[in-house]
Amino acid sequence: MTETVAESRTDLPDYPMERSGACPFSPPTQMLAMTETAPLSRVQIWDGSTPWLVTGYDVARSLFADTRISVDDCIDGFPHWNEHMLSISTRRPRSVFNTDAEEHTRFRRMLSKPFTFRRVEGLRPIIQKVTDEAIDAILAGPQPADIVEQLALPVPTIVISEMLGVPYADHEFFQEHANRGLARYATAEDTAKGAMGLHSYLVDLVKKKMANPAEDALSDLAERVNAGEIDEKEAAQLGTGLLIAGHETTANMIGIGVLALLQNPEQADLLRETDDPKLVANAVEELMRYLSIIQNGQRRVALEDIEIAGVTIKAGDGVIIDLAPADWDPNQFADPDRLRLDRENAGQHLGFGYGRHQCVGSQLARAEMQIVFQTLLRRIPTMKLAIPFADVDFKNDRLAYGVYSLPVTW
Amino acid sequence: MKVTVDANKCVSSGNCVLNDPEVFDQDEDAGVVILLQENPSSEHAAAVHAAALACPGRAITVED
Repeated sequence: MTETVAESRTDLPDYPMERSGACPFSPPTQMLAMTETAPLSRVQIWDGSTPWLVTGYDVARSLFADTRISVDDCIDGFPHWNEHMLSISTRRPRSVFNTDAEEHTRFRRMLSKPFTFRRVEGLRPIIQKVTDEAIDAILAGPQPADIVEQLALPVPTIVISEMLGVPYADHEFFQEHANRGLARYATAEDTAKGAMGLHSYLVDLVKKKMANPAEDALSDLAERVNAGEIDEKEAAQLGTGLLIAGHETTANMIGIGVLALLQNPEQADLLRETDDPKLVANAVEELMRYLSIIQNGQRRVALEDIEIAGVTIKAGDGVIIDLAPADWDPNQFADPDRLRLDRENAGQHLGFGYGRHQCVGSQLARAEMQIVFQTLLRRIPTMKLAIPFADVDFKNDRLAYGVYSLPVTW
Repeated sequence: MKVTVDANKCVSSGNCVLNDPEVFDQDEDAGVVILLQENPSSEHAAAVHAAALACPGRAITVED
């Protein structure tokens, strides 16, 4: 059945939608209800445009991988997140974030070397060490401890600075700038200043690595500059992109992941007690599915007409793929509102996205989470929430969902 | 079982190696997929199918 009647805007729900207070882990219930009717339908966004919102798993997966779908935000009809993103769309240099096909692959391959499965496996001892040192500090310090401040933020920051090749002496500067935009009351200015300070720091570091390469991501990028493929600014931009994309996200997953485990003690026991690395890995996949923290919707635009699930997406139509309801689609995941760390098909979640733009840092994020969650549960087995669950502050207004702080005692 | 990979579609995610490191690897330079075994034994069936499903570029084809 094809859509033949243009719907009036007042009939369309606004997007994004709010989560209900009842279960803060649940995607907005309005989207879960939408999936019951259809896997995609039109919504209205901030500028009055009416893109398609995809909430069903199969359609989400299919469109992510469809070559008729573009991430190029300069194309007419692209459903921008907000006015700011629209205003910078023409100023942003071409990179992984806004290119398709071969142009995208060229950029993507400049970033992939440090994130290969084997390279990340090689980082496990460092990740374990960083995690243990953070937990040592928690155990030696006062109670309550804040899991966000003392574990969720430092571990990914230190790991990514190791990976990028930031010298140890600069770690504190790096952490400060990287986390500036993540603070609770950070203004857009804070975020911008943090990003700018980092950018000029990274430009300098790329130049140093052009002269003296080592085995790290910035040296890989410096090699490309030496080969004339990109310039220092683009290299620094890619480096900043890696940092920003992989930093708040992983930190948020650690924070809210620990909370989810605290709220599901039997599941936490399962993870604490197992010696099976496959179960540990599966547990992280299930947490990724259950939490699906990226909450602004993946923005795309159709390049050609696409017939899918009984509707026609026309060329130039905006498409928003929302990961969270897709990962709670009961057609794909039985009892999706239950956290089951041994769920058989947990690995099929869309928490890292899908298609060519799937998160480049996914293997690193996985390794970090596998190590952090189990180590924390084992080293502080009596850990519990120090405040009532109802008092936990959730990041409803950020790109990635999470908690602002997580005070625990033991 | 016959496995083929299309390097042009590969985005170096490593999901294939994650699922079956005996059949898939990634090159040193940019992490592009390397097929280690074109005809893996049937023991690998589940893992290889999982790899094909997990590949974000849909670069892996499996013929049973």
